[in-house]
Formats: sequence, C-alpha cells, structure tokens
Amino acid sequence: MPEQIIHTHELPNGLTVVIEPMSDVQSAAFCFLIPGGSAFDPANHGGTAAVLTDWITRGAGDLDSRELSNALDNLGVQRNESTGLNHLAFTAATLGANVPAALLLYADIIRRPQLPDEEFEGAIAGIEQSLRAIEDEPQRKLMIELRRRCYDAPWGLPTEGTLEEIARITAKSVRAHYDRCLRPNGAILGIAGCVEIQEMLALVSEAFGDWATKPDSAMVTGPRGERVGHIDHDSTQTHIGIAYDAIEYAHPDYYKAWAAVGILSGGMSARLFTEVRERRGLCYSVSASLNSLKHEGRVLCYAGTTVERAQETFDVTLHELQRLGDGIESHELERCKARAKSSLIMQQESTTSRATSIARDWHFLKRVQTLDDIRRDIDELTVPGVLDYVHQHPARDFTVLTIGPNALKVP
Amino acid sequence: MKFHQTKLANGLAVIAELNPAVHSVALGFFVRTGSRDETAAVSGVSHFLEHMVFKGSEKYSADDVNRIFDEVGAKYNAATAEEGTLFYGAVLPEYLPQAFELFANILRPALRQEDFDMEKNVILEEIGMYDDQPSFTAYENLMQTHFAGHPLGQSVLGTKESITALTCEQMRGYHRDRYLAGNVTLAVAGNTDWAQILALAEQHCANWPVGTCGRATHEAKPPGGLKVITRPKSQQEHIMQMTPAPSAQNRLRFAAEILSVIVGDHSGSRLFWELVDPGLAEAADLDFNEYDGSGSYMTYLSSEPEAIADNLARIQAIFAEVNQHGIREDELEQAKNKVASRVVLRSERPTGRLSSLGGNWIYREEYRSVDDDLAELRGITSRDVRELLDIYPLGATTTVAVGPMESLA
Repeated sequence: MPEQIIHTHELPNGLTVVIEPMSDVQSAAFCFLIPGGSAFDPANHGGTAAVLTDWITRGAGDLDSRELSNALDNLGVQRNESTGLNHLAFTAATLGANVPAALLLYADIIRRPQLPDEEFEGAIAGIEQSLRAIEDEPQRKLMIELRRRCYDAPWGLPTEGTLEEIARITAKSVRAHYDRCLRPNGAILGIAGCVEIQEMLALVSEAFGDWATKPDSAMVTGPRGERVGHIDHDSTQTHIGIAYDAIEYAHPDYYKAWAAVGILSGGMSARLFTEVRERRGLCYSVSASLNSLKHEGRVLCYAGTTVERAQETFDVTLHELQRLGDGIESHELERCKARAKSSLIMQQESTTSRATSIARDWHFLKRVQTLDDIRRDIDELTVPGVLDYVHQHPARDFTVLTIGPNALKVP
Repeated sequence: MKFHQTKLANGLAVIAELNPAVHSVALGFFVRTGSRDETAAVSGVSHFLEHMVFKGSEKYSADDVNRIFDEVGAKYNAATAEEGTLFYGAVLPEYLPQAFELFANILRPALRQEDFDMEKNVILEEIGMYDDQPSFTAYENLMQTHFAGHPLGQSVLGTKESITALTCEQMRGYHRDRYLAGNVTLAVAGNTDWAQILALAEQHCANWPVGTCGRATHEAKPPGGLKVITRPKSQQEHIMQMTPAPSAQNRLRFAAEILSVIVGDHSGSRLFWELVDPGLAEAADLDFNEYDGSGSYMTYLSSEPEAIADNLARIQAIFAEVNQHGIREDELEQAKNKVASRVVLRSERPTGRLSSLGGNWIYREEYRSVDDDLAELRGITSRDVRELLDIYPLGATTTVAVGPMESLA
C-alpha cells in the first residue's frame, strides 16, 4: 500500500480540515459536514434540516439558484447534499484543478445562502414528493420506521420528517434553524485527491477563517416507538426488519462488532445469505449491517419474501442471529479480514470515498485512521475476541417491524 | 494505459486496458446473450442461468464458489439485461489467477437439478421484490409495450408462470447453444500484465466450445401505445415513456447522449428546472438507451396523480421546443463539462473502465481510451444535435403509467 499522508488542521473557530493528497488521480473530492442535522430539528418540526438542505443551494452569494447550479456544472462538480442526524453533508467531486473554485462556491452556499422566499415552496414540495414516494416503496419505508422503533428520539426520527410535520414548517422556522445551528465549531471538511495541502489550507482559511462560532444547539429528546409492530400494506412481499443493540463507532471493540456482523452478512459466503437464501431459497434479499452512531449502535437486518414464506424467513433469520454466540469458525473470520483488506486498498481508487471516510472519522473519533491503522486493527481480530464481543452484546431484545399483507408471530 | 487484444483459437475475444497506477484489477466475461435472444418457451432463462452459474461447476459446489470469492476479497457480481449477461469482479492483483480460474470454471456450470429447483424460489422472490417497486414495474411494462413484436420487448426476469414452467433441461440446452467461445468477450482493466492474462485465458478458456450466435438486429418500429396499471392504494403516479433514438452502432449516439444530459439530467437540465426544482414532480428525467440495431429515449416522471396531466404537458412542450429550435451553445458547453468530469472520475476505478471497455467491444469491436471519449465529447456540435433531432426527435411514442390513476385522460 502506498504511504498515506493525512494532514489535519483546526481553524481558531473550530472548523477542522482534513486533507489527504492522492497520487495517480486527476480528480479530487471534498466532504463538508456542517453542524445542524435533523437531530436538531425543533419539536414536531421534523424535516426542518432537510428543507434547509434543499433550500440552501437555491441561490448563494451573488448567484441566484440557476446561476449557482450552472457554475457548479461548468466546473464539472458531481455533487450531493444530504441531511444527516448531526450534520448537513455536502459532497463534491471534480477534476483537482477545479476544486479551489468549487470550494469557494460552497463557502457561499454554507455562509451566504440567499434562502429566497420564492424558492421556499419548491424546497418544501420536493420533500413532500419524496415522502409520498416512500409510502409506495415498502422496503424503504420499513427501514425508516425500524429506526424510529429502535432508537430514542431524535436519533431514530426520519431525517425528512413526516407529511404532517412538513406542513408546519415555515420559511421563518427554517431560517431560524440556519441561524441557530449552522456554525464552524464542530464543522469538518475532508478533502482527498489531486490537491496541494498548503493551497487548500490557505483557501479554507480565507473562505472560512472569519466565520463566527455559535453556542451548542438544543436537542429535543423523546421515547422510541413500539418494539414489535406490523404495518399493513398491499404489497407482493412481506418486508421484515429486525434490530438489536450493538456499539458506537468509537468503541474499542468496534472492529469486533464489525466482524460479528460480517460473519452474518459480509459476503455471499456469510451465514444469512447461505442459510436463508442459498440453502432454503426463502428470499432474494437478506442482509444485516452495523449502524453505529456517535454514542450507540444497532445491527439492522432486512429480509423481503413472499407472504407464504415470511414466517419461516423470519424464524430462520432470527435463529442465525441468535446462534452466532455458539461458535465462529476461524475461516469465517479470515474471509471477513480478506474482504476488509481488499476494500481498504480499493478505497484508494476513489477520491470521493476517501474524502467521506476522513471526514467521518474525524466526526466520530476526533482523529483519522490511516488504512494501515485499520489493517492492523483488522489483523488483530481473533475468534475468541469476536466471540467475547458477541457474548457481551448478544442478539436479543429484538425490535421487529414487518410491512406487508399479514403480521408474523414474534416470540 | 495500454490496450491489448487477441482472439483465442476457439474464438474467445480477449481485450485488456492495463494501468499500473491503480491498485486493483477488474475482469468481466461479457456473454452476448440476454432476454432478446430467448424464445417465449424459455422466457427469463438468461437471468436464471446467470444465478445458476454461481451454483457451481463439476469442480466447485455453490458453497465453494461463495467461499472462494470471499477468501480472495473479490468485489463481484453479475447482471443480465436484454442483450447481454455480464459476470464481473475486482480483486487485488495478486488474487487475479484464483478469481479468473473460478469465473472461467463456473461459466461451464454443472446446472444440477436440486440447485435449479432451489434457485427457482429465489428467482420468484426476485420477481416479487421488483413488483413492490413501482418504477421497476413501469420499466418492465414499458419495454414490453414499446418494443411489442420486437425481441427487445422480451422480459429479462420472465414471469412467475414462465419461470415456474422452465425446466433444467431447457436451461442446459440454452447454455449449450449460447455460451460458445465466439459469443463471449473477456475484458480486463487495471493493474496486471498482458502475458498473465493471455496465459490465464489459454489455460482456462481454450477448451470452451467453438461457435458464434446470430441475432436479428433490425431496427424496431414501435407501434406506440398507452398502458395504465392501476394501483388504487399508491400515493404517487409513475410514468415512463419511450420514443426511438439512435442504435449502439449509429454515430449519432454521442449527440443523443449529450442531448439527454441537456434535456433530462437529474439536475441542471431543462426537465429539472421546469418540473423538479419548483417541486412539481419528485423526478423528471430523460435517458438515452442504446441497443444492438435500435435505440430509445426514455422519459421518467413521478409526481402526485393530480399533477400528472399538467406535468406531461410541460414535458411535451419542452420536447417540442427542443425539436423545433435545437439546443443553445451554453447548454452544450455546460453538458460537456459535466460529462467530461464524469468520464474522468469513473475512469479512476478499474470497474469503471471495464464496462466501457467491454461495451465498446461487444457492440462495435472498437477500443476507445478515456482521451478518445473526451475528444469525441469535445467535438460534438449543435449541428450534430440538430441532425439527430431531425432523424430522431424527442417524443412519447409509448406511455406506461403505474399508480392510483385509472386513465391519463
């Protein structure tokens, strides 16, 4: 693996820049995480941050919505804006030579958005359309509703809110969210690819150095939904969601938790795929993944299957989750390690995935793991270590949600 | 980057674009067979066979296949479409020999009866899964309606009935007829060397049966039509439309590609500003699909049912405007900048290069480097787009609707 250089710099106002120059690529990408995600939505106004994420790009600095979009397109910027629980996330990738100009446009978007009245309805309508579309796609709806039931509010709440909540949101309340939450302290900018460290640092200082800090924003907490539930839906398949407790990203046992889920669902030789799909032909899609937040985590499982096979699919899946503590074969762990090693190296071929990874690491860990660090942690995993984790965090107290024509028997 | 090509004695085409600067290597077996090559009696067999390949060969069991791919840390998958079945994977260079041997071996699958019976359930579940995705239902029905009477109208997944009726013996026959060396292209992209590829191909593919397969590639003459699939409890209406466009062999395909970006890219396009930006629609975009001998523009609209009539009228107005007046120079320049950046970013991963490498070869037996693609892009003029629109105007020959509406009238 080529030697990685990762440079980290914190501006006096608390914005952290993490830069990873990469050789042999022409592109560069950046990932901007700005405090003010959906966890800070006002009570009963879920979707406020999501509306802001859309509205904020509709004109900034001296450019109106269309001029701004054209300017980014002309720089070849492939962009994505999304609403996270903690942050608004802006990712952009283009040729390295165009990154300085693109970053300056993002400085306008983040610090000098116009938030014009005439664009507000369009932003709201876009979220409403998206929420209605989710109602027609049971698999997507399932995972959103499962989170609501396995995490306390605000961590389990849907980032886009609900149709009822969206109807309450006003331009004034979204502007208030911008003023209250978006700030440099706690903001993270990850940059990776064909860039010069000193040039980037100078540019970021110039564009963001005089951004004033703000106090921490309040968060409205609340209970989670019912642990076991069913939503009637006129669908062909029954969609099954199962969740149970795991650990946060910064936990010292994180890689053990990752390996435990990898043994269940990491590749096509993993247990869920083998037992549920390959041996029994019960479904096309079955998976489990580790969902780690800053302070807690869950394993989230999904299976979709026709009505007649739904109960058996559920029973077999649950049994596989529960029996992990009975034993793990060393070759199962070795395959997880091999897949991880390969993924780590291939990450070096994507400036977008590196920019996203280094920004995310800083958020969760306040440091950036090099690929060598991660490889060392992976190499150190042992079967007894992973089993020990599974015994300490067994699959039990399941949150279960189904969507489909019939409810299932849940023990 | 350096390009190599050869053909084995049995007719297997081998092509490679080597790049020592990347960390991995991607390989793909492009089999020129898909739903358009099926008879009605075996509808869905290409896709089902793609699944069965991973159930192993005489040498490897299904468990072996899954296990070995994971042991070498391969990122791999397969895909079946109307015109091709692709088996592909990316690995670190040191694992290329193992991954290659495994792929080559399972492409002569055992097709065991008990595996066939079990996997049939999975295919039926896959059909059920897509049934719960309205945009997929719309696409499936659009292809059948638009290309009615032409092989491109044949379903990739097949139906519950055709899959249930399919026998293992029929699948063995289909494999015997279609998986011939001359009907497969092996493409490799990334960090390895040509001598190794040649040696692996000779060692593991030289015994594949000789032969090629024909395919009728006459241009489709879509009859046009409207199909409304009513799902009373759905929230959103999903509309898909198609109209003829240049084929994969037509030089106007480059102009069609850039036109689809200008008119219907997911952001910054004419459809975006007219429909998505103001929140009139959840999605409104235009794609260009190229096939062997035929092509299509495909429009997708998703919005509240109440707004559908107005939204469709807006789309038709944009199409009429473009058909009559063409595109502006500033739009063309902007679309070129967008596409150039996409081409470069995609090319930085071997898997990104693989699809372009294989696609160019199976449709046109040509190699195009990233620089060739960029030069071609830079060379497109508004006159090319005008010529395209004169022959293949934007429109809505065929329409399919999925959602609560009972009619579009």
